[in-house]
Amino acid sequence: MITFDEIKKAFLVSIWFMFLTFPIMVIRVNPVEHIVEWRWKNMLVVGIGSFLLSFVWNYLMKRKELGFKKAESGEETGTIPLVQRILGEKKIYIPALVVAGIFTIAFPFIFSLYQTNIMVSALIYVMLGLGLNIVVGLAGLLDLGYVAFYAVGAYAYALLNYHFGISFWIALPIGGLLGATFGILLGFPVLRLRGDYLAIVTLGFGEIIRIILENWNEFSFGPSGIANIPRPSLFGINLSVHESTIYIYYIMIALCLFTVFVVNRLQDSRIGRAWIALREDEVACQAMGIDKTKTKLTAFSLGATWASMAGVMFAAKTTFVNPASFTIWESIIILCIVVLGGMGSIIGVIAGALVLILMPEYLRAFSEYRMLAFGVLLVVMMIFRPGGIIPNVRRVYTFQGVKNTDKS
Amino acid sequence: MEPVLKVQNLGMNFGGLRALDDLDLDVGRNEIVALIGPNGAGKTTFFNCITGIYPPTDGDVLIFTQGRDSAERINGLKPNKVTEKGLARTFQNIRLFLNMTVLENVMIGRHCRMHAGVLGAALRGGSTMREEKKVVEDSYAILEKIGLARFVNEFAKNLPYGAQRLLEIARAMATEPFLLLLDEPAAGMNPHETQELDELIKKIRDEEGISILLIEHDMKLVMSLSDRIFVVDYGKKIAQGTPEEIRNNPVVIKAYLGEEVDA
Amino acid sequence: MDYFLELFLGGLTRGSIYALIALGYTMVYGIIELINFAHGEIYMIGAFTALIVISVLTLMGMNTIAILVIAGVVAVIYSCAYGYTVEKIAYKPLRNAPRLSALISAIGMSLFLQNYVLLAQTSDFLPFPSLIPDFEFMEPYAHIIGSTEIVILITTAVVMVLLTILIKFTRIGKAMRATSQDKTMAMLVGINVNRVISVTFVVGSATAAIGGVLIASHVGMINFYVGFIAGIKAFVAAVLGGIGSIPGAVLGSFVLGWTESFATGYVSSDYEDVFAFLFLVLILIFRPAGILGRSEKHKI
Repeated sequence: MITFDEIKKAFLVSIWFMFLTFPIMVIRVNPVEHIVEWRWKNMLVVGIGSFLLSFVWNYLMKRKELGFKKAESGEETGTIPLVQRILGEKKIYIPALVVAGIFTIAFPFIFSLYQTNIMVSALIYVMLGLGLNIVVGLAGLLDLGYVAFYAVGAYAYALLNYHFGISFWIALPIGGLLGATFGILLGFPVLRLRGDYLAIVTLGFGEIIRIILENWNEFSFGPSGIANIPRPSLFGINLSVHESTIYIYYIMIALCLFTVFVVNRLQDSRIGRAWIALREDEVACQAMGIDKTKTKLTAFSLGATWASMAGVMFAAKTTFVNPASFTIWESIIILCIVVLGGMGSIIGVIAGALVLILMPEYLRAFSEYRMLAFGVLLVVMMIFRPGGIIPNVRRVYTFQGVKNTDKS
Repeated sequence: MEPVLKVQNLGMNFGGLRALDDLDLDVGRNEIVALIGPNGAGKTTFFNCITGIYPPTDGDVLIFTQGRDSAERINGLKPNKVTEKGLARTFQNIRLFLNMTVLENVMIGRHCRMHAGVLGAALRGGSTMREEKKVVEDSYAILEKIGLARFVNEFAKNLPYGAQRLLEIARAMATEPFLLLLDEPAAGMNPHETQELDELIKKIRDEEGISILLIEHDMKLVMSLSDRIFVVDYGKKIAQGTPEEIRNNPVVIKAYLGEEVDA
Repeated sequence: MDYFLELFLGGLTRGSIYALIALGYTMVYGIIELINFAHGEIYMIGAFTALIVISVLTLMGMNTIAILVIAGVVAVIYSCAYGYTVEKIAYKPLRNAPRLSALISAIGMSLFLQNYVLLAQTSDFLPFPSLIPDFEFMEPYAHIIGSTEIVILITTAVVMVLLTILIKFTRIGKAMRATSQDKTMAMLVGINVNRVISVTFVVGSATAAIGGVLIASHVGMINFYVGFIAGIKAFVAAVLGGIGSIPGAVLGSFVLGWTESFATGYVSSDYEDVFAFLFLVLILIFRPAGILGRSEKHKI
């Protein structure tokens, strides 16, 4: 029930926000032509908007507190999210998988070239998201310079091709290896740092690499970048642009499947468990005999490998690279994907990438507000649903003669 | 008695503060030794120095492993190396991996006894699969021994407090130690749970052949368990001896003035 | 020699500005151990608010000194209000969450505020009027240092003194120091920790706003993005000096200011931002506690 107090509070919140946003939202100045534009309508929008949102906020806050209390009193908290439950059900997930598979294979023939192209972009982000998921989601290392490794891959293919005429299929593994090497080189000095310092240092490294690419003309051709990068070849057959896009689409699907396959196996392995333990408690992790540096380095360089391979794909898809594609915001978009989807959750990250990349493409009117929405998303997800839309679940082991106490 | 751990002249400075001063301590094979002292006496710091979390400022930490004649100096080693050498510990303020299941917490303890790397995990070859299977079985066996088997797939954060303390012990045991360092294992437990813990610790010593060094404030538990007791105050050792000797030691009684020692 | 002096004073001015922003980072970090990513945006909003006030008042034909004072005051008020609100929305609900969560929330806030200004105003660079007239007595030195620089140096010095007084000698200052030492203990002895945190954000935002107005009138233009880069650099300065330490933040800012000034003056201006980042990386690797910071051991 909405009480009078809540209405009063919402009213005050709305007054506060109208005051807060007054100069920026209402007045627009043009100092060159000395024009001042007053936009009173915006004030109304802010007022009403914040009034309504205040109720939503309160409602969500209450629900959150309720959740805490439940957890404290030991009530059922281990409920498995709906999606995971559906996926656990063989009768449902096998047909679902078949349908999804057919749809995926048929996609380029059902939809236009334009749609396929967008889908390829989204798939590149799926790969990036899954790679960053290893670093942030599993090992708990906030890497804000992830895009640097993406750039390494893209430029590796572009430059190797420009200078030595190396083809896509050779550049892909080389790019991956180069990414891993860079990951180790950069990771070694910085991984000793505490979590928040790590974030800022990786951000710094990311920017350094971008600035170097922008200014070192002899090496990277500066801001104008490198054009005419060939698309992947298929046994030397000449493909039209359309055919080649479809071909890239299938390569991307294969690469994503490969990524899922590897990450899925890793997260329930000795290495994967060590990553998660590291995320949960560094001191205890070391006391249990886990080499902190080595474990972090594996996660960091593995993440870099995937970013780099995605970079090679990106160069092959757009046939053009320049430093503008590798700004810090790209890193943050990838972070958004992981956070929205659910840190550590493979299905979550895939869903996150598809939602975040496809939505602005199809809701063109909305695309202007994309970054604004991403900002809100990061804050809101952290506060109300830190586990993401599809949180990760840990593997359940069964033993003979033991009643499974898990509430699945 | 044949020692497994010998600490000589251990000292630790934090800036100008001398937290540990010239401490000697030893633990024999199959022995249960208690380290007691008032709050802030430096007991946990002592554990941290032995297990490599802080490098001690001076002194030696020596271990004697079976099949090795000479002592091995382990101060300055990283915590994970110390664990690999066969010393495992629990924490005073529980430090479990809360978002992992109980079984996984124990499996983490096996980490340093396993070999699978990234490639092995991705390919899941025969040896990796065998290793994985064995670890799951071993870990489950440890849980059964400690009495936590019914929680196996539960998240660690959902366990009751007493069970969380036990899980810390289970996790430490999974590293195959010859010496187990327990930091206030009975803290926050009710008398019934403490009684069970008493039996459990004895069982670990008798059945697994693991020596035990524990910090504890519950005097009843200390007196019942320990073969020998070391008492520290202000970072210095003020007494050592059998429970009987400690109980009647005037220096100890003075240090504990106001606290119950005759329980 | 003149060139050297020019670079030296240029570095000093730069450092002063960084110091005004770095204070906010270091104070917030000292109290809640959070890198307030949105701090740079608070500074940008301060500068934008000032620009808007100036434009409106100029059209109304007010005299320059009055405009300067009003714009400064309004900018500070608004920055404080934004700092306060950001803390309440994005950080307070995460007080007990893992540090990674608060950090991600801070990044989100930074992203939001940038795009909020971008959408509500413009993505173009806007010219920012030079508020400070050229003083006559400065003319003989004009080739080395301008009047604006002098004002910046003096203002920074005054702000530093005021801040030191606030922290050393007032009740709230004492409460702030107590809270940064041990939050739980502070709460137990009756300090309203939430209030202390709010005050910290407000004070940090105020100094950032002053910095914002000064640098905008020094550089002569602003856009929605100026806060981010300046914020990152100020953070570098804070880390350099030892995060959590106020004198450290000031010292670190000057060191960074000089480094940038000399490096761009004698080496190359293309890599201006690289120096700051490289500096950060090296400092964190070799002396993570910073110049004046103490290396702390966490209790286990």
